[in-house]
Amino acid sequence: MQEYVTELSKYLINLCMCIYTLECFLVFVEKWKNSRVIYITQNLLIFLVQLLCFADLVLVSEDMQYVFFYVFVQLFLIAVMVIVPMIYDNANRLLLNNMCMLTGTGLCMISRLSFHRAVKQYIILLVSLIIALFIPYLLSRIRFLKKLTWVYAAVGIGALSLVLLVGEVTYGSKISFSIRGISFQPSEFVKILFVFFLAGALWEKYSFGRVALTALIAGLHVIVLVVSTDLGSALIFFVGYVFVVFAATRNYLYLLCGAAGGSGAAYVAYRLFHHVRTRVLAWRDPWSYIDNQGYQITQSLFAIGSGSWFGMGLLQGNPGKIPKVEADFIFSSVCEELGVIFGICLILIMVSCFVMMMHIAEQIRDRFYQTIVYGIGVMYIFQIFLTIGGGIKLIPLTGVTLPFISYGGSSVMTTMIMFFIIQGIYIRLQQEGGHHVGRKAGNAPKAAARTKSPDRTGTGKPDRAAKPAAAKETADSGRA
Amino acid sequence: MSCGFFLVLFAVTIGYLGYFTATREEEMINNSYNSRQEILLSRNYRGTIFSRDGEVLAESVLDSEQNETRVYPFDNLFSHVVGYSTQGRMGVEALANYYLINTNTSLRNKVANDTAGVKNPGDSVYTTLDVQIQEAADSELGIYRGAIIVTEVSTGKVLAMVSHPDFNPNEIQEIWDSLVENDSSTVLLNRSTQGLYPPGSTFKIVTALEYIRENPTDYQQYSFSCPGYFQSQGSRINCYHGSSHGQVDFTRSFAKSCNASFANMGMGLDRDAFADTLEELLFNEELPLSLSYARSSISVSAETSTDSMMQTSIGQGTTQITPMHLNMITCAIANDGILMKPYFVDHVENDAGTIVKSFKPDTFGRLMSEEEAAALTRLMTEVVESGTASKLSGLTYTAAGKTGSAEYNNIKGDSHAWFTGFAPAEDPEVCVTIIVEGAGSGGDYAVPIARRIFDAYFREK
Repeated sequence: MQEYVTELSKYLINLCMCIYTLECFLVFVEKWKNSRVIYITQNLLIFLVQLLCFADLVLVSEDMQYVFFYVFVQLFLIAVMVIVPMIYDNANRLLLNNMCMLTGTGLCMISRLSFHRAVKQYIILLVSLIIALFIPYLLSRIRFLKKLTWVYAAVGIGALSLVLLVGEVTYGSKISFSIRGISFQPSEFVKILFVFFLAGALWEKYSFGRVALTALIAGLHVIVLVVSTDLGSALIFFVGYVFVVFAATRNYLYLLCGAAGGSGAAYVAYRLFHHVRTRVLAWRDPWSYIDNQGYQITQSLFAIGSGSWFGMGLLQGNPGKIPKVEADFIFSSVCEELGVIFGICLILIMVSCFVMMMHIAEQIRDRFYQTIVYGIGVMYIFQIFLTIGGGIKLIPLTGVTLPFISYGGSSVMTTMIMFFIIQGIYIRLQQEGGHHVGRKAGNAPKAAARTKSPDRTGTGKPDRAAKPAAAKETADSGRA
Repeated sequence: MSCGFFLVLFAVTIGYLGYFTATREEEMINNSYNSRQEILLSRNYRGTIFSRDGEVLAESVLDSEQNETRVYPFDNLFSHVVGYSTQGRMGVEALANYYLINTNTSLRNKVANDTAGVKNPGDSVYTTLDVQIQEAADSELGIYRGAIIVTEVSTGKVLAMVSHPDFNPNEIQEIWDSLVENDSSTVLLNRSTQGLYPPGSTFKIVTALEYIRENPTDYQQYSFSCPGYFQSQGSRINCYHGSSHGQVDFTRSFAKSCNASFANMGMGLDRDAFADTLEELLFNEELPLSLSYARSSISVSAETSTDSMMQTSIGQGTTQITPMHLNMITCAIANDGILMKPYFVDHVENDAGTIVKSFKPDTFGRLMSEEEAAALTRLMTEVVESGTASKLSGLTYTAAGKTGSAEYNNIKGDSHAWFTGFAPAEDPEVCVTIIVEGAGSGGDYAVPIARRIFDAYFREK
């Protein structure tokens, strides 16, 4: 009996994922962009995938703890899907749904790998949600965000330096410290400060002098991270900086300088640091060093190769063989047990989040907020590239988490806050749109909730019928 | 713009992941460092290995506690080529491991087996091996050390592969320690693919090919007067047992395997061009072979000394080749210059007899032109008609080939007996390569073995 369920659910789960993923991109098509049907079927598919996955876990393990965990996870998902739109009527539904799909999959996978860690992750997610729910409201209230540019930089560099001085060494890197048994990874939270710093520094002027000054400060962030051997984060900060400068100036020369500078720095790091050379060695020929330097990556490749397209089924594989699987190699364990098709769907879902963020950024006229959305988007997607590319041996390993899916409190809380910052900016954008057509739009979220914007479910493109053409033009000229 | 950049980045990532999954799955599961093999083996028992006509070469027997015993009904006969699976893996047991430990039995059977608490049957592997030909080759080699390979010319199917001394895979666990502890024991070595030997006169095939390439229009006009030796710059090459061949042309030099004439020919060759030809024939290169093998080695360059060039031209000196490699070159000559990749597994079936995967003949590429292959075939036919392999003449089929007596002990003049060739010469079907260690001349010891293997092949047809 159990075989029928697990075997069939394998194909059903992949089918659901494919439909869900397709819908993620349908919302960018003019014809479908305002369709409520898409978002509702997406909600149903999330619950269906959850049901099938947890049913597998319960049937194979015959352990009732999964039943309880399933119920709690569903409560969390319902909370996100119901409460968020209740408070913020204008919230972006695609980002919200994707957040549910990704966190749900993550919790399911972590619970399979290590149950107590899944419980811990669940609690952190809950706390993060409660904190994050205030963010859109706060964003609409706090007026002095643009004035704190140098404060962001100072706090950011300070926090990173603090870890360097007093942090704990885990796996040869100094990246975290703990207070009362709870361990923090400041480089995650500093990402948010960093984006705010960049936005503050570049929103009103982006002369060469200003770009150089921000380069100096950004470089300081990166150097502190490199010295603490947190190479993945260093790369994410660097790429974030280069792309934000390019977006602000539209000058390809900066992009070129960034590429050249990055390559130069990578070469210097390769020469200077032993652990960088080890990573490159393990990437180029892991099979010759399968017992030591290449162990992690080859175990990851075994996992993906053994899983193949449809996966071995939950609890049927052996992902525990990969060291640090819950944090750095969760993607490989997903491919092993749920299949590579599932894995590719996950990548595409995350890409659709990024496309949506870029889409939102394009419509924002306030350069400060535009830069924030843009910076978050770039850092989010680049982090995904680093961890997945590393796990499949496309690029050397850097040891960063997969946002929303990997185990790691700091990572999941930071990503949640980032998503809600974008939600907050998106909601403001919708309200401004409403204001232009003469509706009364209050600052308080409750008032906003009653404002029936014509575009509340869609991609955020201003509705031509409801909005004067002039408004659209200003929106465009704002980013010449 | 930057949006596009990241979309391209992810298109590459997904493409790479998809390509990896599509092409590397088998290799990943087969790697001995992959712990998932044990998971599969705890659920499925190892599938059966069959010969090409359906005789069992290896099967698993389960006791009441679902413990597996691997049984090899033919004992020593297929020891190296089918191999073993309990002390590491070797032979077909290693290369088809992925299929043997996976199961494609129906979902209903899986459910029934799970309920009954028994393992699922692993898929069955049908090899290209032929029991009759393998038996003929094995008994002909007898007590001698050496190796025999029989392949199908047009497909690359390996019909038989024998290596002596052999072992009984049913006893592998008991004899393992004594085999591994004894460093000088080469019992586990598959001499067909891992044994490196001096090619001796069989290498004249290669020298002749290079001479034809450098003299495409007038190689037939070649002439040499053989006094039984050749001397150049103080180095000397003797003909086999010092016999002088008198006035010989190109064909006769080859048929009589005249060392002096070939040393003379070798001295006139362009060494850079020769090095290119050797590379094309896969010397010092990877072979398209799924079993573990040793690489053949040779050294020819502009710096090669006169002495070693003379030695190399007649297959002596530092040159080393595996019997399998020589078989592949011979097959290419028989197949109009095109090498088919040798293979051992024909298809895979599930327990209900449904084909899960079948393997088709696969072309490796061209080793020489059609004209060159035809010229070499004429030379090799003459070896049988009037040369060193005349024990193969006057039969119901016409064979073509080359003998070799590779000296491995300079003082005593001991030699390995070689033969490599194919039949029928006009439309080749089967290719045979034989080495008998320390037996003497190829014409006397290897050719009669070839004859009985060809007989067995044509009798079976």
